[in-house]
Amino acid sequence: MKAVEFNHVNMKYNEQYVLQDINFSIKEKDFMAIIGPNGGGKSTILKIILGLLTPDDGEVKVFGRDPKHARDLMGYLPQNLSFDPQFPISVYETVLTGRYHGLFKSYKQSDEEAVIQALNDVEMQDFKDRQIGKLSGGQMQRVFIARAIVRNPKLLLMDEPMASIDPDMQSSFYKLMSQLKDEMAIVLVSHDVGAVSTHVDKIACLNRELFYHGPVEDSARGLEEIYHCPIDLISHGIPHRVLREH
Amino acid sequence: MYDFLQYEFIQRALITAVLVSIVCGVVGSYVVIKRIVSLSGAISHAAFGGVGLGYFLTVNPVLAAIPFSIASAMAIGGVEKKVNISADTAMGILWSVGMALGVIFINLTPGYAPDLFSYLFGDILTVTNSDLLIMLTLDLIIITTVYIFRREFLAVSFDEEFSTVVGLPSLPIYMLLLALVALSVVVLMKVVGIILLIALFTIPAAISKQYTHNLTKLMSLATIIGIILASVGIILSYIFNLASGATIVMVLAAAFLISYYLKD
Repeated sequence: MKAVEFNHVNMKYNEQYVLQDINFSIKEKDFMAIIGPNGGGKSTILKIILGLLTPDDGEVKVFGRDPKHARDLMGYLPQNLSFDPQFPISVYETVLTGRYHGLFKSYKQSDEEAVIQALNDVEMQDFKDRQIGKLSGGQMQRVFIARAIVRNPKLLLMDEPMASIDPDMQSSFYKLMSQLKDEMAIVLVSHDVGAVSTHVDKIACLNRELFYHGPVEDSARGLEEIYHCPIDLISHGIPHRVLREH
Repeated sequence: MYDFLQYEFIQRALITAVLVSIVCGVVGSYVVIKRIVSLSGAISHAAFGGVGLGYFLTVNPVLAAIPFSIASAMAIGGVEKKVNISADTAMGILWSVGMALGVIFINLTPGYAPDLFSYLFGDILTVTNSDLLIMLTLDLIIITTVYIFRREFLAVSFDEEFSTVVGLPSLPIYMLLLALVALSVVVLMKVVGIILLIALFTIPAAISKQYTHNLTKLMSLATIIGIILASVGIILSYIFNLASGATIVMVLAAAFLISYYLKD
């Protein structure tokens, strides 16, 4: 079964197309990056997959279901969360919200264990009692990744995960992703082509329309079309770097 | 005679301070951390329509304000989330429309509205026993609701979108929180007044937020600080023969400044 399927999806905002005739699918345990310029519709695609936005037309299926009814299979890392830096919530409590079961249902022992496990996975176990606002940007991002994976989702959606991760942490981020991709499909969205590394299996280039969707090696043409400038894509095997010629 | 008066005054002042501070500590904490202070201000002003309606129908205005402020909370919350109008504009409109309705209802009511001023600016001396009973009931409803939905309120206050993703009914929970704000407005109305109550609603939580990062502790601390400051305000207002609402607000403002000064 496909993890995600888009068939002729259109989405307008204020009479302007944000997404136009989008068709693609993601298999289980795929690791895909959606890249493209800011305002190209990347976050919109993630929100459609999550059922937070409904497209104007076209069909979207997540594990064969309507997106709203597949949420229990998805984990989500939102982009730049804005909250009161003194917000009275600890790292532990933040991750625990990812295990929410429903009204009148309290958290169980298994939830507590899952939280500790997720914090271990992102190497933040020593910070579990820290107030969330007292973390650095990169540490906070790791906590939100823990919150996204704490339910052991089958599909992990990440909006600009590299945005606040410092360079030192990039390699540990991809190490974590390579562990996770054996258990779940991963879709990450980024405006920074250089940040997409060898770990990604597929790249989709999105700027209102989906320009290319396939294995990493062949995606250079798509990048050119999006950015309208020649691009050098250094071949597979060493970390990808995309250089623009001037 | 004098002793008896003083005894009853002190007792009533303390009961009032406790009832008022509980809602400020509990609901006020959410208002501050969810950053819905102006929205709560709009709900409190709109509640004046309910006070006017109470005069018009000759029922206790505090009672009449309950359905009215809940309705305006739902209207503000609904418009903000569903309609393509900015929350700011929606708040501004409902804010003044609620007050305008209140004025018109009072115009339509024959005779003179004796306690009108106290609803706007607060006057502890006009709090009747039936008002106290209404306040007590609302306090119990608020505490019970917060206890039942504590997980949901925390999650929605922190991150509404993520809460939706994990299957939490975010919009209904947010509306329930606004309904609690509306009920709190009714509790605070006669003591501090519709126009001034936002200070009592936010300052104890804002002070306490500097000293704890646990929500339950924040609520408890804000309640205790509220009781102390509101009691001081009520007693000062009695000694200097000033309006209780304004005096409480000045005491709160002073405490807020001192707490920030001490923290640095």
